[in-house]
Amino acid sequence: MIIIRCPYCHEDRHEEELEYGGEADIARPTPPAQATDDAWTDYLYMRTNPRGVHFEQWCCRAGCGQWFKVARHTVTHDITEVIRYEDRFAYQKDRDA
Amino acid sequence: MRYSLASLIRNGLRGNRDWPEAWRSAAPRDRYDAVVIGGGGHGLATAYYLAKEHGFQNVALLEKGWIGGGNTGRNTTNVRSDYMFPESAALYDFALRLYEDLAKDINFNIMLSQRGWMTLIHDHHQLDAARHKANWLACNGVDGEIIGTDEVVEMLPLLNVHRNPRYPVLGAFLQRRGGTIRHDAVAWGYARAADRLGVDIIENCAVEGFETAGGLIRAVNTSRGRIEAPVFGMAVAGHSSVIADMAGFRLPVTSMCLQAMVSEPLKPLLNHVVISPATGVYINQTQKGELVMGGVLDLYHSYGQRGTFPTIEKVVTAAVEMFPAFAGMRLMRHWAGIVDIVPDSSPILGATPIGNFYINCGWGTGGFKAIPAGGYMLAHSMATGKPHPLIRDFGLDRFRTNRLVDEGAAAGIAH
Repeated sequence: MIIIRCPYCHEDRHEEELEYGGEADIARPTPPAQATDDAWTDYLYMRTNPRGVHFEQWCCRAGCGQWFKVARHTVTHDITEVIRYEDRFAYQKDRDA
Repeated sequence: MRYSLASLIRNGLRGNRDWPEAWRSAAPRDRYDAVVIGGGGHGLATAYYLAKEHGFQNVALLEKGWIGGGNTGRNTTNVRSDYMFPESAALYDFALRLYEDLAKDINFNIMLSQRGWMTLIHDHHQLDAARHKANWLACNGVDGEIIGTDEVVEMLPLLNVHRNPRYPVLGAFLQRRGGTIRHDAVAWGYARAADRLGVDIIENCAVEGFETAGGLIRAVNTSRGRIEAPVFGMAVAGHSSVIADMAGFRLPVTSMCLQAMVSEPLKPLLNHVVISPATGVYINQTQKGELVMGGVLDLYHSYGQRGTFPTIEKVVTAAVEMFPAFAGMRLMRHWAGIVDIVPDSSPILGATPIGNFYINCGWGTGGFKAIPAGGYMLAHSMATGKPHPLIRDFGLDRFRTNRLVDEGAAAGIAH
């Protein structure tokens, strides 16, 4: 069972208390009117679906109601990063640096 | 050896020591006319129909584990074809019709039991939805009807309708041709039939990558060596994104975990497949007497082929709510499979961005019932390079053209 400590209310929440929001950091193409069909298809439907570490978003639904971001292994469910929604994952910071 | 009453008696008299193995344990060759990736029901059916319908004599089927060890051996064995949209109904009813003749076709008893597939109706909104669905089915030429509470009680004498239940039963939607099939028999039967037509079934052979040239795949690299072929197909359900990633294209697939469990064997007490959308459980009794139960998806990405306690609790409490007499039974086994969920709950069949690579995926929580059709369609695409007329609306390109087939009846319960 997945248990994540919410980075806002700092309580351990198990999967029944959380809501899953899928892949994190999916940005709508801008400006919308000039986006190609391929860009819209990628945005709406295509997803990274790795057998390995997945960067995703969860909501502390039964607790404080905040959305936050998590790096989790999709086979072992090991959680390596839990960050606030406005923060960036370590790999993103490395990429930016 | 052909299976028959005579072969049964002959082998029985010899102490059942001389049965030949059902399929050869093939070692991979360097080159084939077609390679199918995935040794579950869909992949095995693909290999079989490639050989039978299209005359392919050099086909390899690659399975990273063992035959039937994935979702084909992990589902709750239900079959039905009560789909609403005409294009879905045509495809799923084609599958059910192939299943109805399959035992004869492949000379293997798949233990098809058309005992009736029943969705309980617990409120007036569900009753309206069931009427709506029954009308669609009538238009599609697929059987399905609404039965009243009295008939439900007659069919399910143990159902909790008498003691002020939390979920009153107003009736049920019933497809009489629906029911169950022994799922291992489908895998083993197709494997044996394909083997008899010359297909090399290669187990313990994991795909590790592809060699491409000019936008086409030339060869696949596996844990048992490199294999060349002019055409490739894959049917790997929850692992579709992993193989697609190796081939260099993306899929609108989310892999999720779907769990099921069985009780200890009991005497016959449940003659039909029962689904309750309100309590969130589907349940039937196997020919061995075990009660097979399944529930909803774990609603997050997962490739972990194992279950969780919250789901056991939900499924078991729902089953006991419906059938209080089950409270005394014990669970015997519990497991999970990884299913391929797509945004419109319809399969993705046929061409990919790679010219000689075809897919069969996206069946989500309902792939078992579609095995014969899924295999037939993938074989057709691989052999002819064109989609079969029944899958025209199910291509990967529908996500680009936005012509989704948003099949509300894909799952018997709300996942």
